[in-house]
Amino acid sequence: MTTKLDARIPAGPLAEKWDKHRFEMKLVNPANKRKYHVIVVGSGLAGASAAASLSELGYRVSCFCFQDSPRRAHSIAAQGGINAAKNYQNDGDSEWRLFYDTIKGGDFRAREANVYRLAQVSVNIIDQCVAQGVPFAREYGGLLANRSFGGAQVSRTFYARGQTGQQLLLGAYQALEKEIARGGVTMHSRHEMLDIVVIDGRARGIITRDLVTGAVEAHVADSVVLGTGGYGNVYYLSTNAKGCNVTATYRAYKKGAAFADPCFTQIHPTCIPVAGEHQSKLTLMSESLRNDGRVWVPKKKEDCGKKPGEIAEGDRDYYLERKYPSFGNLSPRDIASRAAKEVCDEGRGVGPGGRGVYLDFADAIKRLGEHTIRERYGNLFEMYERITDEDPYKQPMRIYPAVHYTMGGLWVDYNLMSTIPGLHVIGEANFSDHGANRLGASALMQGLADGYFVLPSTIGDYLAGVKVDGLTAEHAAFREAVDGVNARTARLLGIKGTRTADSIHRELGHIMWEKCGMSRNAAGLKEALVAIPKLREEFWSNVCIPGTGAELNQSLEKAGRVADFLEFAELMCTDALQREESCGAHFREEYQTKDGEALRDDEHFAYVSAWEYAGEGMPPVLNKETLEFENVHLSTRSYK
Amino acid sequence: MKVVLHVWRQASASAAGKLVDYQADDISPDMSFLEMLDVLNERLIVRGEDPIAFDHDCREGICGSCGMMINGAAHGPMKLTTACQLHMRSFSDGDEIWIEPWRAKAFPVIKDLVVDRGAFDRIIQAGGFVSAPTGSAQDGNAIPIPKQAADDAMDAAACIGCGACVAACPNASASLFTAAKISHLGELPQGQPERMKRALAMVHQMDLETFGGCTLFGECQEACPKGISIDTIAQMNRDYIFAAATEREATDVLGSG
Ligand SMILES: Cc1cc2nc3c(=O)[nH]c(=O)nc-3n(C[C@H](O)[C@H](O)[C@H](O)COP(=O)(O)OP(=O)(O)OC[C@H]3O[C@@H](n4cnc5c(N)ncnc54)[C@H](O)[C@@H]3O)c2cc1C
Ligand code: FES
Repeated sequence: MTTKLDARIPAGPLAEKWDKHRFEMKLVNPANKRKYHVIVVGSGLAGASAAASLSELGYRVSCFCFQDSPRRAHSIAAQGGINAAKNYQNDGDSEWRLFYDTIKGGDFRAREANVYRLAQVSVNIIDQCVAQGVPFAREYGGLLANRSFGGAQVSRTFYARGQTGQQLLLGAYQALEKEIARGGVTMHSRHEMLDIVVIDGRARGIITRDLVTGAVEAHVADSVVLGTGGYGNVYYLSTNAKGCNVTATYRAYKKGAAFADPCFTQIHPTCIPVAGEHQSKLTLMSESLRNDGRVWVPKKKEDCGKKPGEIAEGDRDYYLERKYPSFGNLSPRDIASRAAKEVCDEGRGVGPGGRGVYLDFADAIKRLGEHTIRERYGNLFEMYERITDEDPYKQPMRIYPAVHYTMGGLWVDYNLMSTIPGLHVIGEANFSDHGANRLGASALMQGLADGYFVLPSTIGDYLAGVKVDGLTAEHAAFREAVDGVNARTARLLGIKGTRTADSIHRELGHIMWEKCGMSRNAAGLKEALVAIPKLREEFWSNVCIPGTGAELNQSLEKAGRVADFLEFAELMCTDALQREESCGAHFREEYQTKDGEALRDDEHFAYVSAWEYAGEGMPPVLNKETLEFENVHLSTRSYK
Repeated sequence: MKVVLHVWRQASASAAGKLVDYQADDISPDMSFLEMLDVLNERLIVRGEDPIAFDHDCREGICGSCGMMINGAAHGPMKLTTACQLHMRSFSDGDEIWIEPWRAKAFPVIKDLVVDRGAFDRIIQAGGFVSAPTGSAQDGNAIPIPKQAADDAMDAAACIGCGACVAACPNASASLFTAAKISHLGELPQGQPERMKRALAMVHQMDLETFGGCTLFGECQEACPKGISIDTIAQMNRDYIFAAATEREATDVLGSG
């Protein structure tokens, strides 16, 4: 049985679709809005902006997050910036160019209509954030400053020092708190969503665990919105915050929401290398650093042990500048990442384990002065020094790629609705806009586009078509779901094995990084598909979780998330295996040109793979949404 | 390296707590402080003991989740550093380390090192925002903002809401936290219309939350991992006094709770 995927893309010229669609959508009568209850899971940029905006419109909103405050969502860690097609710099930017860059950056695996809309609303985001008091960087004349970011040839990135995500999130958080104070939003912090309830084919609520008391609770709504972020932590080590998980989206998948392109994961080229076995997460050095830093390794293996200062200019290989003369150090993330892995595989890597390359600011400091560099990157340099005990003003940074972002996510139509009617998905949790690879500074843009501008319009179209029916948590479906959650908790606690959830998670991460990481091949993926179920068995027979379910139990929280990763990892590998092409961040070794460039296959793979859960132990069903490109020519990427 | 830890263990908000000793061997100086606790916890779990609960998420010093007293100092001995960014190389082999939760009436302990900082959210709810409903904004460049003002606003806005200022203050005052937001928004033209109302409401809420008063010890500024300046408190006081003098708005705000 396969689901018919209907993306519901409005007809008409690309640039007019969104306006036309907004006019054609049904509206909810303002007086009726407060009768509708909307659950928003997640308080990151996507969730917080959506919850605040929906409440401003008059809907009754409940918002959930697992941290102790909505202000701590993972979005807070974004450093570099947010894109918008303002063309304030008069350098030839436009909505069309941002649209085109995003589609091209995604290697033609995203939906044209969604991406164009994203470019259109990008300009409103900046206005909105400025109005909230987000302290964006400014020029001396008082106008907004921009920089160019990761692969873009125009300056369209807005930023707030190296803390753009923090400032944007605080803007959204403050709007959310304002609505909480007004009574429009009820906030449930330290609550984890553990299941979603579908009744008569519609999403009608969620089941949560209160992380302080352990109470399992049912929440009824007219529509559920997931803004629960990405699943990069399936690799154990990633730049994501420790709590990032796939639980919410994976549970929705098991209740019938299709999961799209799970294998599309972005590896970020500029992270601080692993220091040892104890490593618990990886720290990103914003790639804005690549604007001024030059990437190199020694030409000769023998030099790798030397101090960088002892290696003569002529003995350095600025490999990105050499291989990709027009983009050089600003080459796209996947290219820069693979190039780093390549030189390290050749034995020319630097630092512990030979897994690192230099990012050198000496030239920039000479050219611009230390003061300017300090002004631009001061806090990043400090962060680097704190972690590595090395001073990047004096010696080059060492960097290495790490898992950073997941383009895959729950499949959504143009209205951001999943294949479960009434279940909407926003931000990194959906798959919609970045195709096979995301441009730098575009995730913040997408999260806020979804939350401030798109969902508040499109959810009305859904709600206007459903009746408020007085459903309560007494309904059998809710009771069953609560029982299911309790039973699973009891099962986890009952295993009483000998291994910690972390140790199993680390092992899973290792499998995924080796077999389904920066580059993949069929043989490796097949090995992973054997190894993962074995590890899952090990988990369910040998994990050790102390304590009970009726208290704050961080081991239990972790174990629940690892259990989901252990199933989800298989879906990722299955997806990577079926996609017999290389595109964007998905690099299949079998499909490359003679010079090692990705070989895309538009004839057979210009589709979104949307996986449908088929039941315990059954292989998932692949549904395909064919991507139609009416406005762009499918060019082959060349950054040479 | 080896360290001896004395960690505050408290099963729940209502349970009595006490310091428990742990020997942490084979610790690498490159570990972060939290990674050291991870390693200890892994060992505790395998031994069938309850691991130490502590809040954390980003481990990059930006989310403000982590927070604990380390040898009597909020976030430990390094200036401008959160517990998650502190590394074991800041300690010596054989050191004894005391680890305790934030201590403040307004931050009740939930378990071990985990405390309830909900009071901070409620202070923001009272007025730590600009009322700019989605869709109502004009062009981002319509109002130029002098670079200095934007930079000053950013300095104050850098607060991560961790609570170190409260934990470090002998009075357990939340003045630095509250003042940082008042200063951030007060620096910007967008923050002006609600500026006075904001100062009154936020200060009022701060008092309701049972935080202590500010007597300008300056410990907060010393402990702040983001270097928020105590000058913001002076700014808050000026705004507050000015606002309190203009009765009209005061009744508006206090009435609304
Ligand atoms: C270090 C770093 C730097 C980055 N820098 C940039 C940048 O410069 N520019 C850019 O555009 N992008 C950047 N990104 C990407 C960007 O930050 C994220 O993609 C984006 O912030 C995701 O926002 P979100 O709202 O979708 O999810 P998140 O911010 O991850 O929020 C998820 C929310 O869901 C909640 N949640 C999750 N699961 C559950 C559950 N089961 N139950 C209840 N609640 C749950 C969480 O509590 C949280 O509130 C960066 C990412 C990283 C890791
Ligand atoms: S864990 Fe986020 S600030 Fe320490």
